Amino acid sequence: MKFVDEFRSSDYSKLLLETLQNSSRDKINIMEVCGTHTMAIFRYGIRDVLPGNVKLISGPGCPVCVTPQSYIDTALDLSSREDVIIATFGDMMKVPGRKSSLLKKKAEGSDIRLVYSPMDCLTLAADNPSKQIIFLAVGFETTAPMTAVTAIEARNNSLSNLFFFTAHKIVPPVMEALVTDKELNLDGFLLPGHVSAIIGSKAYEFLSEDFKIPGVVTGFEPVDILQGLSTLISLISKKDYSIANDYKRIVRTSGNSEAKEYMNKAFNVVDSNWRGIGKVPKSGLEFNRDFEEFDALKHFEISYEEYDGSSGCRCGEILKGKINPTQCPLFKQACTPENPIGSCMVSSEGTCAAYFRYYK
Amino acid sequence: MSTITLSHGSGGTQTNQLINDVFFKYFSNDILNQMNDAAHLAIDFKKLAFTTDSFVVNPLFFKGGNIGKLAVCGTVNDLAVSGAKPLYLTCAFIIEEGFAMDDLKIIVKTMAEEAENSGVKIVAGDTKVVEKGNVDGVYINTSGIGVIYENVNINCANAKLGDVIIVNGTIGDHGMTILCERNNFGFEGDLSSDCASLNTLVDCMLEVYDGIHVIRDATRGGIAAVLNEISDFSNVTIAIEENLLPIKEEVKGAAEMLGFDPLYIANEGKLCAFVPEAQAEQVLFAMRTHPLGTNASIIGRVTDELGKKVYLNTVVGGKRLVDMPSGILLPRIC
Repeated sequence: MKFVDEFRSSDYSKLLLETLQNSSRDKINIMEVCGTHTMAIFRYGIRDVLPGNVKLISGPGCPVCVTPQSYIDTALDLSSREDVIIATFGDMMKVPGRKSSLLKKKAEGSDIRLVYSPMDCLTLAADNPSKQIIFLAVGFETTAPMTAVTAIEARNNSLSNLFFFTAHKIVPPVMEALVTDKELNLDGFLLPGHVSAIIGSKAYEFLSEDFKIPGVVTGFEPVDILQGLSTLISLISKKDYSIANDYKRIVRTSGNSEAKEYMNKAFNVVDSNWRGIGKVPKSGLEFNRDFEEFDALKHFEISYEEYDGSSGCRCGEILKGKINPTQCPLFKQACTPENPIGSCMVSSEGTCAAYFRYYK
Repeated sequence: MSTITLSHGSGGTQTNQLINDVFFKYFSNDILNQMNDAAHLAIDFKKLAFTTDSFVVNPLFFKGGNIGKLAVCGTVNDLAVSGAKPLYLTCAFIIEEGFAMDDLKIIVKTMAEEAENSGVKIVAGDTKVVEKGNVDGVYINTSGIGVIYENVNINCANAKLGDVIIVNGTIGDHGMTILCERNNFGFEGDLSSDCASLNTLVDCMLEVYDGIHVIRDATRGGIAAVLNEISDFSNVTIAIEENLLPIKEEVKGAAEMLGFDPLYIANEGKLCAFVPEAQAEQVLFAMRTHPLGTNASIIGRVTDELGKKVYLNTVVGGKRLVDMPSGILLPRIC
């Protein structure tokens, strides 16, 4: 078996599309929660080939997009400190704060390093003992375990100059907020593949039990997505509210227990602000007392007031799937990938970026 | 270990030593050896092609080449895809104080070999040495002159309805190799830069059909950038087929992991040519007889749609825009 080819097969795709074409004619609203799904759906032109009664709505599953602007501004302030090296994932570089972005700060001389894994910060900290390294710890359940492991490793290696500015978020609570939103009228969820690899397909059972909404966990190749949609539409038309797993090559029912253990070890679950969505109860992660020595805000004695984002930008409604980007007056006008106003235009997984890049 | 010092750039004895022991040793040719302040060239021409390019790359040495090979191939290719026979190059080095002499020799030797391989002479040069930290190892600029073949009119404004688009092999190899080596991701597989001089391949294409409308090498910004430029200048819409794109498994895998699209990843030995459909088979056949064209294939065509857009017809039968790359390529979070 090759790496991805089987999951990009035109033949399988055609078969799956035939099944979809022959399925229910009722109007069906499906939300793909994950930003990587949004991108893949556009990249493969999947919206073009779906039956007209199936509407895909893009959800809030892009970690950069849901990070409030106040977080970015605080990170920018931290990057101005002479004694600090900011380490960050690439996606964060272009996100606009009120006055600047990390990319601009770097050009002006701030020491900002792009890392591919939080673990890279261990070397950075060891190599720069006179500097304080701050990792911008954003992301969902996919990245939070690595933050925890990195902190544990820093402790094991007696590194006292590595800190984390955390804004980790967890996915199921925000889905609950979306499900209860009457305006959206969702019939089912295409569930995120990467997040599910950590939390397991079982983590979504509340959807069927409490809200009678089915969901299918699936991967990111075209065949994965079409298979997932086919299963989901079949569940919806049978009024079967189960959670199915069509990504068994990666996702287990109970997820990755080791990764979950690391998260539990380092973090407490707290209420968290999602850009454009507002405060969602129990949807964020914060270092617990045993790990608070790694908390950059505590170490640098910073507190900041949370605020959302730019005026005129309709990211909030886009993140909730209530409008699509073309309905935002800033889209393609004032807001472009070169000059993004909202974070949904910045991130490679943002809904606005997907529409901008791929929408015909 | 011998290293480059500031005195190698001061214009005195050490500079001369460096020129003689390294640059002249490898680049030696009748024109350079005259040691004039400027190279004296006698060119019998109607139309000249003249180009320049600067090379900065990290790491300096990578699988499939080094900065020196890039510096020669890059300029040779810019001339070749303009329909010119590359003749002469100049090269200028900006070297960081403390740079290893042995590394410099390897780079210069590679340049000499690549120049010989592509049939060009390096006829003038310059060296500057700057204080440590002011450049990253070594930067190289090359400029080149070539003679444009008679009856050949290659221009990125020439793409026309009915043209098919041919690439000479797998895309994204160079960019993915550099990215993986730079970050040491530990991917296993046969990732190697495609860095190569394309002039003999272009010759072989023009020999069978000298009416080729457009040839461009797809460097920074990848195939996507080049197709967008051509669509824009020629005022045509282009459609490419996802299932016809030649991409190595390793490149596909690494790009997928990092969230990159191979269409946007740099190449250093790939061109795309716009050829009228009637001549396409002939050109393709000729390309496949050349070592740099064995995997040549048709990836798309100019369509009759109005506008200046590039589309990709996807494996599932969908259609999406392939827009101009914007900003720097940044890897995704998860």
